[in-house]
Amino acid sequence: MTDPATTTAIRVHLPTHLRKLAHIDGELTLDVPGAATLGGVLDVLEDHYPVLKGTIRHHGTDKRRAFVRFFACEEDLSHEPHDTPLPEPVVRGTEPLLIIGAMAGG
Amino acid sequence: MAGVRVLVGTRKGAFILTADGTRRDWKVEGPLFAGWETYHLAGSAQNTDRIYASASLGWFGQQIHRSDDGGTTWTPVGNEFTYDGDVGTHQWYDGSQRPWEFTRAWHLEPSLSDPDTVYAGVEDAALFRSVDGGQNWQELRGLRCHESGPDWQPGAGGMCLHTIIQDPRDADRLHVAISAAGVFRTADGGKTWQPANRGLNSGQIPQPEADVGHCVHNLARHPERPDTLYMQKHWDVMRSDDDGATWYDIGDALPTDFGFPIDVHAHDPDTVYVVPITSDEQHFPLDGKLRVYRSRTGGGDWEPLTNGLPQEHCYVNVLRDAMAVDRLDDCGIYFGTTGGQVYASPDAGDTWAPIVRDLPSVLSVEVQTLP
Repeated sequence: MTDPATTTAIRVHLPTHLRKLAHIDGELTLDVPGAATLGGVLDVLEDHYPVLKGTIRHHGTDKRRAFVRFFACEEDLSHEPHDTPLPEPVVRGTEPLLIIGAMAGG
Repeated sequence: MAGVRVLVGTRKGAFILTADGTRRDWKVEGPLFAGWETYHLAGSAQNTDRIYASASLGWFGQQIHRSDDGGTTWTPVGNEFTYDGDVGTHQWYDGSQRPWEFTRAWHLEPSLSDPDTVYAGVEDAALFRSVDGGQNWQELRGLRCHESGPDWQPGAGGMCLHTIIQDPRDADRLHVAISAAGVFRTADGGKTWQPANRGLNSGQIPQPEADVGHCVHNLARHPERPDTLYMQKHWDVMRSDDDGATWYDIGDALPTDFGFPIDVHAHDPDTVYVVPITSDEQHFPLDGKLRVYRSRTGGGDWEPLTNGLPQEHCYVNVLRDAMAVDRLDDCGIYFGTTGGQVYASPDAGDTWAPIVRDLPSVLSVEVQTLP
């Protein structure tokens, strides 16, 4: 079991609209406490940048917005439960977690 | 010298157009919130430096922004619009019942008396209010929970609350318009609501004179004659002289009485403006001629205003929130088009000129008259 007092540095890449909204330049590194999960990353992200609440997952339900996707290591994590551990390369910091706007339009 | 600030919401961001009182030379700033669909911006009547903006994106949802310096800088404020209590259902296109689901804020209406109080009309149709400058939003649930709510259904643009009219005599009295439910009014600050659609006749619904179900596109009121309301409906231009209790048709003399916006001259409650559109199936001006129609008699008699507007090959639309008036002595009129033009008339509609021609599709136009 992971010690909740320990943190894991997770690299996070956000889409341009959200970087501008939160005044973030480039890639983020977030210290995620306990087991590094997708939900844990989003919790820390929203704690650090409250303006992003409601932009990636819905207020109240924490359900992923329909046109937001989570990718890492060339895999689509969008449909994984939020308590699923992140892939090992993301935990090691060799790969980022990509949060992107889905392809939509013509 | 007095001036004006025109707030333009577009499909791809917002623009601010400013001029002095002559309204001849314009400064164009933007895009603000680049890439975000900016449905509406509105300034406080009490504090012209206070402006609210509603920007949304299908990917990332709703943002409300606030400026306290006349639009120079902006701060995101609260974006949580949670329906209060049981969400309930409304009618969907296929006749089934569907839970209310927040999509976006269509219209922001700052209080006439308090810069920190602002109303938001949203899709799916509901009315929210913030009393802290947009940081927190509380639904006035009595409207959505009206007994007719399960019968409300979306128009082609979604089931949206798009118009909020305040009564300058009493802050507790409001009118709202919903597509496609109609007009509702409250006299107790939003706790209870009554339909205000008597006299409307809509051939697109099973009971044309039903209490609820009309596709009202826009309302306008002159503060000096608050019991009179003007309405542009899906078809029909209507007027009420009893605070919305009953309505009568004033649009028969128009070449077509389909359209979206309606507004009133700043200094004359009998001078009304509409932009007739060919039909519900052809959302562009009749015969390719962009004409604003003005009535100086409170409806009934109408004159086309064409000087400076394109009179051939024009096939743009003017959406419901995309017309506004300033309060300078000679009353400027402004409107934006789906083709990205914003036109201004500094002489109450007699002559027109474009301020800008190539913005993204214009969703809304509001005007602040500056001291």
